[in-house]
Amino acid sequence: MDPVIVVDRVSRRYGTTLAVRDLSFTVPRGQVLGFLGPNGAGKTTTMRMLTGFMPPSSGRVLVAGHDLAEAPVEARRQIGYLPENPPLYPEMDVRGYLEFAARLRGIPRPQMRAAVDRAIERCALGEARERIVGRLSRGYRQRVGLAQALVHDPAVLVLDEPTAGLDPKQIHETRRLVRDLAGERTVVLSTHILPEVEVTCDRVVIISRGRLRAEDTPEALAARAGAARTVGAIVEIEAAPGRGADDFGDLVAALGTAPGAGGVTPGPATPEGSRVLRVETEASAEARSALARVVLERGFLLLGLRRAEASLEQVFLELTTEESAEPNADAAAPPPEASP
Amino acid sequence: MSAVLTIARRDFAAALASPVAFVLFGVFAFLFGYFFSDFLANFVEAGMRMAQMGGFSGGNLHVNHDLIRWLLASASILILFFAPLLSMRAISGEIRGGTLELLLTAPVTDTQIVLGKFLGAFALYAVMLGFTLLHLVVLFWFSQPDAGPVLAAYLGLFLFGGAVLSLGLFFSSLSPSQIVAGLLTLGVLLVLWLIEFADQGGGGVRAALAYFSVTGHMSDFARGVITTRDLVFYLSFTGFWLFLTRESLRSRRWRG
Repeated sequence: MDPVIVVDRVSRRYGTTLAVRDLSFTVPRGQVLGFLGPNGAGKTTTMRMLTGFMPPSSGRVLVAGHDLAEAPVEARRQIGYLPENPPLYPEMDVRGYLEFAARLRGIPRPQMRAAVDRAIERCALGEARERIVGRLSRGYRQRVGLAQALVHDPAVLVLDEPTAGLDPKQIHETRRLVRDLAGERTVVLSTHILPEVEVTCDRVVIISRGRLRAEDTPEALAARAGAARTVGAIVEIEAAPGRGADDFGDLVAALGTAPGAGGVTPGPATPEGSRVLRVETEASAEARSALARVVLERGFLLLGLRRAEASLEQVFLELTTEESAEPNADAAAPPPEASP
Repeated sequence: MSAVLTIARRDFAAALASPVAFVLFGVFAFLFGYFFSDFLANFVEAGMRMAQMGGFSGGNLHVNHDLIRWLLASASILILFFAPLLSMRAISGEIRGGTLELLLTAPVTDTQIVLGKFLGAFALYAVMLGFTLLHLVVLFWFSQPDAGPVLAAYLGLFLFGGAVLSLGLFFSSLSPSQIVAGLLTLGVLLVLWLIEFADQGGGGVRAALAYFSVTGHMSDFARGVITTRDLVFYLSFTGFWLFLTRESLRSRRWRG
């Protein structure tokens, strides 16, 4: 299937600063793509290039087959965009604002009412439809911003940090809404919150310092981290009667030398007398059963043994921190005035 | 075209929804009313003096030449101070509020955005100018001025207003601060007013300088004379600043 969004070797510089460098990815129809990166990684810059707000310094962006540089109006017609700060006119009422957004997107007058009603319903704004935008709470404003992005029923929805500044309930609602919107629609959302990606996205692009670090499904990325680095096992033991501190020291040493095992980090003793040990080991069943054998041979009770799951968070941290340790002067922060 | 009207209508409605526009219109109407009564008193007094002298020696007073002309010429100076207030918010408000991102990512061209903004400010200007009609109605009620020169003068005021607003629009696109935009507009307009008087003393450079005075081109219109020279000046002046405004929006995209 033809991808709806094609980002082809796109770079963006602000003066001498390279905010995004040589970024390429595609998004197929109906997918929710999470755009993940630490603050200042170039997320907002990329969103702005995707929506035609700013042109890339080099490379090109295609939306629904239209080149944003050559046919900007046709391409932008396919896009609904919620910037980091919802672009609201505080003096308008919700309905008037959405009507303006609909007209601006070229919805003819006869269809406008229906389009606005649909957006209001989708974003659960029924109670607020007559209210003045400037007096709405943060959560409502975000919803109005989302309704504005949806009002012309675009094929592509670009959301820049849609849950930033919301309370947990609102975050949950927004995520559910995003999931509901996916399907026919293609969604690109940027975030620096990991669980968001795991919950809402089909695929993740991780960027750091303006460069693409990884691109995969959330599950595959997590698995990749598990395979790449031995995160290991968590062993919970209890000292059998007659086993003292010396024996415990022996056990730690023995676990460290078990087949496939590396470092051992003993946790503090619990009041009940059990202890948790974190053992770095290969992510294989053999390695874990070897650990169990060691514990039993030394006369300790094995209360639990489980695989320490590598989370997306670890992938993220690995990919982004190793990068920031690089001696590289190029910061990727957008210029101050660009984000009002 | 519909995008242009959508943007213009929103700006117009937003201005009318705020008290600022009403204060502005009120102060303008008051000052123009003051001018009117002052000019009218002078006109009446001059008329009475002339009647005492027997009303001969060819010194006929005419309501067109001796009242309306000066009244509308002075209206242009008043507008010089008020127009920056009408245009300053147009784009700087969008920059500050973050709504420029909405406009620049909508399926509309930069030209449409600029034209919409211009038209919105122009509609406000037309309303403001409408307040001057009240006084002219009074004159038409009690006297028989020629309508032709009055219409010509209003054509002039519309063109003049368009020119002044287009300049204001450009400065509004430069800064997120309305005050900065308004002050820059006012400053430049005052310079363009003062160079009208550079011509005195003759000389090529001075005459050339005076040609660029926005107010100077109003004097013929105020007399009821429409010249191509003035028409070309105002239309090209407006086109020039609208073009610069579009380029300014474009460079804002590039800078991000």
